[in-house]
Amino acid sequence: MVALDKEVLIRKRRKTRFLLNVLLVIGIFLFLSRADHLLDPYTIRILNVSAVYMVLAMAYNLVNGTLGQFMLGPNAFIALGAYTVALLTMPVDKKAMSYIIEPLIWPFNSICLPLFPSLLIAGIIGAGAAYLVGMPSFKLRGDYLAIVTLGFGEMVVVLANNLVPITNGALGLKDIPRYVNLYWTWGWALLTYFFMRLLRTSSYGRAFEAIREDEIAAEGIGIDVRRHKLLALTIAGFFLGVGGGLLASLLGTIDPKLFSFFFTFNLLIIIVFGGLGSFTGAAIASLVFVVLSELLRAVENPINIGPIHIPGIPGMRMVVFSLLLIFVMLYWQRGLFGRKELSWDFLLNRLFPLEGVEKDEGSS
Amino acid sequence: MKVLLKLDGVTMDFGGLRAVSDFSIEIKEKELVGLIGPNGAGKTTVFNLITGIYTPVSGKIYFDGEDITGKPTNFIVSKGIARTFQNIRLFRELTVLENVMVSYHYQMKSGLFSSVLRLPQYLDEEKRWREEARELLSKVGLVGYENFIAGGLPYGQQRRLEIARALATHPKLLLLDEPAAGMNPNETQELMDFIKMVRDEFGVTIFLIEHDMKVVMGICERIRVMDHGVSIAEGPPEVIQRDPKVIEAYLGEAEE
Amino acid sequence: MGIVDLFQQLANGLSLGSLYALIAIGYTMVYGIIRLINFAHGDVMMVGCYLAYFGVLMFRLPWQISWILAVLLTSLLGVSIYIGAYKPLRRAPRISALITAIGVSFFLESLGLVIFGGRPKAFPRPPAFDIGLNIGGVYLVSFTLWIPLITAILLVGLVYLIYKTKIGMAMRSVATDIETTSLMGVDVDKVISFTFAIGSALAAAGGIMWAIKFPQINPYMGIMPGLKAFIAAVFGGIGNIFGAMLGGFLLGMIEILVVAFMPSIAGYRDAIAFGILIVVLLFKPTGLLGEPLKEKV
Ligand SMILES: Nc1ncnc2c1ncn2[C@@H]1O[C@H](COP(=O)(O)OP(=O)(O)OP(=O)(O)O)[C@@H](O)[C@H]1O
Ligand SMILES: [Mg+2]
Repeated sequence: MVALDKEVLIRKRRKTRFLLNVLLVIGIFLFLSRADHLLDPYTIRILNVSAVYMVLAMAYNLVNGTLGQFMLGPNAFIALGAYTVALLTMPVDKKAMSYIIEPLIWPFNSICLPLFPSLLIAGIIGAGAAYLVGMPSFKLRGDYLAIVTLGFGEMVVVLANNLVPITNGALGLKDIPRYVNLYWTWGWALLTYFFMRLLRTSSYGRAFEAIREDEIAAEGIGIDVRRHKLLALTIAGFFLGVGGGLLASLLGTIDPKLFSFFFTFNLLIIIVFGGLGSFTGAAIASLVFVVLSELLRAVENPINIGPIHIPGIPGMRMVVFSLLLIFVMLYWQRGLFGRKELSWDFLLNRLFPLEGVEKDEGSS
Repeated sequence: MKVLLKLDGVTMDFGGLRAVSDFSIEIKEKELVGLIGPNGAGKTTVFNLITGIYTPVSGKIYFDGEDITGKPTNFIVSKGIARTFQNIRLFRELTVLENVMVSYHYQMKSGLFSSVLRLPQYLDEEKRWREEARELLSKVGLVGYENFIAGGLPYGQQRRLEIARALATHPKLLLLDEPAAGMNPNETQELMDFIKMVRDEFGVTIFLIEHDMKVVMGICERIRVMDHGVSIAEGPPEVIQRDPKVIEAYLGEAEE
Repeated sequence: MGIVDLFQQLANGLSLGSLYALIAIGYTMVYGIIRLINFAHGDVMMVGCYLAYFGVLMFRLPWQISWILAVLLTSLLGVSIYIGAYKPLRRAPRISALITAIGVSFFLESLGLVIFGGRPKAFPRPPAFDIGLNIGGVYLVSFTLWIPLITAILLVGLVYLIYKTKIGMAMRSVATDIETTSLMGVDVDKVISFTFAIGSALAAAGGIMWAIKFPQINPYMGIMPGLKAFIAAVFGGIGNIFGAMLGGFLLGMIEILVVAFMPSIAGYRDAIAFGILIVVLLFKPTGLLGEPLKEKV
């Protein structure tokens, strides 16, 4: 009898949560639909960049936080995604004009696709590359894994610089059609968020976390550790590829320098600051990072207030961010969220406490 | 009774050290066999060989009639061998319930998308496993602790949880590596009853390593003694207790 | 390619390899002792270069004095980084210290940018290092010979220090078993600090010679030599100082010779090192001279 009540209550809770999530999404999109009137282009740009960073940071967090494998090469998959979308969406004549050193090779020189299929292809290429990188790399763990993935990341930058008939080399690509707007970026950010939250609380997510906690014990209860590591990295590769594609379409111009280890460093700061293992943390930290980064940009540029000239201090931004990272590691390892997530249950339990119903799986 | 586990001349080297030398044993279904020996005798290594963590340099391991020598650990688990570790290896940051729930993962039929999208098949499975996990936790005396963080439990309960986690993989053979280590006499007594209960209730075969002679002599039907990687005696507790070679091995250790 | 050309390239490879070897030793000693990839090592080297630069150009010191001061100050910097950033994390998961090291690396680079500015500076090359030589048709600038020579002297000194002195013995003992060594009454922190001091001093020496060879210094100059030297350390077997030397020399030689024989792939020069890294880690993670580590269950 009691058990039955519990069942009913849990089911009710699940329904409430689902409704609240739907309302939240509708709310966000209503806001976005008005954003063009409410906000200035600068703020809109910040919101766009934040959302792209959210996609990237959450994907990165899946591997480094949830799975606990320290990977230092997300820039590789982001670069692949960005170049894919650039090559697929640029009009044929623009491409012919851009590739002045060496002409672009077939088939890219003769195709032009809309954004959505291009993004999906970018994701698939990211996932495929992640799988290929993971196959050999996951023989290693810890700092060795970190370094070998960093090596793959650097390799992709070298390739981007040298495969001129595909990437246009160090010149990079300009005139990428800027299809991306708030719907695209926030749509993908929300999709990524819900996907990751549902993944984390699923049986697969538990397996990933078990691997993080103790690989030998995980293997000892029948989990195919290698397969699951590859699975997590492949999923992350997909979202990193899509995120890279969004970035290319948002910025309109990319070059190999953009995808150096520096990019990885930024994402690392975000996920560490948000709390390694928390997707809510990764998302919120992305927003904080992008906003803070904009505020600090002011410090880097010279300011003229009437007759007073304050020279800019280039490099100051990274001084602040690197100190922040060191500080978090030394004194505040759990970061903003630790491994916790924001959930409706937390709120609901405060408002309408349910006796005898523990946290239910799949709550987001 | 049918032979469940058979080791045939299994040998393991670490560098120049022969940790296990020509080790053979047969364990029948529903048996409760003990493995004892002084520190560094090679007991844990035998478990690591059975579970595929190491591959023996020579010799064969058969389980349920199948050659499992050198097979990956997760495959061996799926055949029905589960274990606990000498230095408890729980998923420390997961909850008690989650620790047991992960053991069902390899038995899941639902794929990734069915799980993430919470399709009915997945929800059914998840519900079934959840109920079973709770039942299991109640049997090992961890009711009410479901949502505690595993790493925060007292030692004795961590050991029980590790056994529950192993049982959730639905093993035919359970390997326990020093389950009584670090327990007080009261807990040890409880543990003995608990292990017998596990064997009877779950119908598993148990192979256990233990330093606490009271435990080994109290519950094992048959005891194997090893020293410096070599088997030196085997028999029922009464015989082993009086075996001069065994006494010498332990005395030798005390003198070292 | 003629025999003369070959000698020319070998000399270049030798001097580049010497530099990788000097820097690699710092990585390998620190890794051997606290299992940390000191990501900031290349940037410590960069600071060494700037100190030597300012010593000569701002404080008008003779170059010898300026270099020695730079080496000493850099070793102090290394020790401070250990005490400030890594020591508090000695008992934390290893990855935490690695993340911190990445933070320190970016901190030094961006602080360098703030203080020194981004524009490359021309490093003054003392006349003794700048003499053109013609040895049997092989044209060399004298630094090409000085670099391996100075490196050899430093390496002999280092080997003496590690194998013949008390502190060297303590270092080796900490590297094998930190717990036991501390139980025996050795001040482990002092030994680790000393290791950082030596490693950073060698990095500064390597960096100054790097700046002699490639006389343009900028705040990001440490990144590539740092990564390459790290790769050299892994190649040779991380934790092993002879491995670091061997790895450094081999990597320098391979890079120079590959580019010399196949000029068409010069753009991929940096990829060679990473390619070696990936192959070594995947097929022989212990490198050429390293010993295997196995996890006990
Ligand atoms: N991975 C390994 N690498 C090297 N040597 C090992 C390894 N595992 C075990 N050994 C060595 O093999 C020998 C047997 O070890 P094992 O752990 O099997 O002993 P044990 O009988 O379980 O001892 P204890 O009662 O202390 O647990 C020991 O000398 C040990 O040091
Ligand atoms: Mg043991």
